[in-house]
Amino acid sequence: MKAHHCLTADVIPFSWVDGPGNRFVLFMQGCNFNCIACHNPQTIPLQPPKAKMLSINEVITRIKNSIPYISGVTVSGGEATIQFEFIEELFKTIKLTPELAHLTTFIDSNGNTPRPIWELLAPVTDGVMVDLKVLDPVKHQALTGHTHESVLNSIKFLAARGLLYEVRLLLIPGINDSDIELRDTANYLLSIDPLMRLKINAFKSHGVRASARGWRDVCEDDCERYRNVLTQSGVVNLA
Amino acid sequence: MNPNFTYKQRVMGLAGLAENLLEPPTVSDECRIALEKRIICDMYEGNAPYRARYILPDYKKVLEIGSEFLELEPANNLDEALAYLLIMYSQTPSITGYPVYLGDLDTLLLPYSTGLSDEDLHKKLRLFWISMDRMFPDAFAHTNLSPTYNRIAKIILQLERELLQVVPNISLKVDPELTSDEYLRDGVETVFACGKPHFINDPMMQKDLGPRYAAVSCYNSLKIGGGSHTLVRLNLKEIVKATQGGVDDFFDTTLPRYIALTAELMESRIKFLVEVSPFFDSSWLVREGLISLDNFSVMFGIFGLAEAVNLLQEREGHTGLYGHSETANELSYRITSTIADMVAGIEMPYCKGNNGRAFLHSQSGIDLDIDVTAGTRIPIGTEPALIQHLKTVSRHHHLFASGVSDILSFDETAVANPQAIVDIIRGAFLSGMRDFTFNLESNDFIRITGYLVRKSDLLKMPEARHSSTFLGAGAVAGSRVDQRKVKRVMSHESSPLFNG
Repeated sequence: MKAHHCLTADVIPFSWVDGPGNRFVLFMQGCNFNCIACHNPQTIPLQPPKAKMLSINEVITRIKNSIPYISGVTVSGGEATIQFEFIEELFKTIKLTPELAHLTTFIDSNGNTPRPIWELLAPVTDGVMVDLKVLDPVKHQALTGHTHESVLNSIKFLAARGLLYEVRLLLIPGINDSDIELRDTANYLLSIDPLMRLKINAFKSHGVRASARGWRDVCEDDCERYRNVLTQSGVVNLA
Repeated sequence: MNPNFTYKQRVMGLAGLAENLLEPPTVSDECRIALEKRIICDMYEGNAPYRARYILPDYKKVLEIGSEFLELEPANNLDEALAYLLIMYSQTPSITGYPVYLGDLDTLLLPYSTGLSDEDLHKKLRLFWISMDRMFPDAFAHTNLSPTYNRIAKIILQLERELLQVVPNISLKVDPELTSDEYLRDGVETVFACGKPHFINDPMMQKDLGPRYAAVSCYNSLKIGGGSHTLVRLNLKEIVKATQGGVDDFFDTTLPRYIALTAELMESRIKFLVEVSPFFDSSWLVREGLISLDNFSVMFGIFGLAEAVNLLQEREGHTGLYGHSETANELSYRITSTIADMVAGIEMPYCKGNNGRAFLHSQSGIDLDIDVTAGTRIPIGTEPALIQHLKTVSRHHHLFASGVSDILSFDETAVANPQAIVDIIRGAFLSGMRDFTFNLESNDFIRITGYLVRKSDLLKMPEARHSSTFLGAGAVAGSRVDQRKVKRVMSHESSPLFNG
């Protein structure tokens, strides 16, 4: 794929859930995980009929349309880092364009990204949100179709470089949300960075594929329990 | 008269009935007919204007030098300052019977807070806040906060979240340099709790009104030490409907004719107030220099722009709607800028506060308005995406020195990310918006035209302690304000139903 074009699932001018402040978000098509609980399964395949190719210039034009209302740009997915060359070029262009240079550049990632790619993106990236589906390796394989090794490595690498904005825990009732799992996850993550920011992403069955439709939505009581357990485990930065 | 009115509401209602036994100030037959058809509207102020509609006393002066009329010495401490303010509010006339301006309270009180602990300050201000709501139960009673974060502003926002009162309405003056993100986030989080404050573009206001201005009632920006004699509004939808022509006819004939009639009504009411009624000659506020006729002007309101644009589009064979089509939007800008030019060309008596001209105002509707959209807003339920919405309406804002407010309804995702709303507020002001309000879908407050009512109070109707709740009930029934598209707009103004 050419670096100056991006296979795009969607573009939204304003988002309040993809990093700090109001953000322009580019949803890139294609994912290297195949999560049962994915709420945007149409963004997983690499060659779907509805995705379109956007050039750097087209994306920049759209970002300019969101000025002056945004504080940054987030690339999400799918898994954005599959198209890492495009991200590097896009972020570099943002940093070099005077009217966009103040924008922060963020990546929303599933963490399944090799270290050399993070090395490449680090100089033009201000922050990364990484999903951690579950800490247990067997469950991780079952939920995502892949091992969790690269995810944990990404979290460690990004934390060490000061680029980890937050880790997102997609919590599914009865699947990965027991008190023990929450405590283990918190302990593991806090051992990497005691001030790590965690965000609870509550599972909702709306939009997921048939295989996950039987799972129950997270309710308010669940959320309260998650917050309590995580806080008691020492999480101080809970979004 | 509504048997559920409180005593004071009843007194106001009866006074309105008595006032309207008199003949209204004289106007031409054409003007009278336009008024009877409500193509132009005097806001049901009453037939014999005996006090200016919006009055912004210079409260600071009384706190600093005292008042002969009220027999007050200068205030020496916070207790005195708070008591004196309540006393002054009780003596400030207005259309509703309650003061529309309560002062820029953080600025006024800061000098008296020295030496007090935050705890003491909170305790004293809490009682004052409760007193304002109970003594002046009218959502048009309005205070302003200065652009700089200070301990009083902080406690005020905290009290708002604690008390969840309708009164006072609040505007936060935002300066891109002076107002910190921390302050704005505090403001935004307060909106999440209770729908207040409203945010205003301080540099833009200062440019149009000078440094001593305030937003009062529902988003009427006027000079402190002055105010507005009256507010007359022109229904743009009705003037299009009253004629058959297309766009050219509208600009050449219809608009000039009705602008002249609106100005005639304003002029006649101003002259009655200043020359016939004894208001400016007898008021203690004038005598003690707390207001001056030189700081007064008058407000020329317009509303129903959306319907006017859409009807004219139809007549010209275009399909696009205001807020959605470039042609429609361009027509809307042509209409407002033409109105601004025409109004700026009409000399008004006793309007030194704006160089002898009326202030243009995007009038946000009253509870009686049905099937007509407030001011320059996009009709409820047809609002485009937020970004398009902001871009469409903000281009009108620079024209309306005495206020134009758009109300956006935001969904719950905002709550976890107040900085996002801060970004939007800053962006909106950078791109030329004058003032800005938003509602969160889930809290108990609903902004009607610019004032707030509690949804729980509406359910309790017909009994309500706040006069404005009655107006709110009419507005919810008549104009679908409870059906705003999430992320969207609407704002402003009073309808003294009791005068009708």
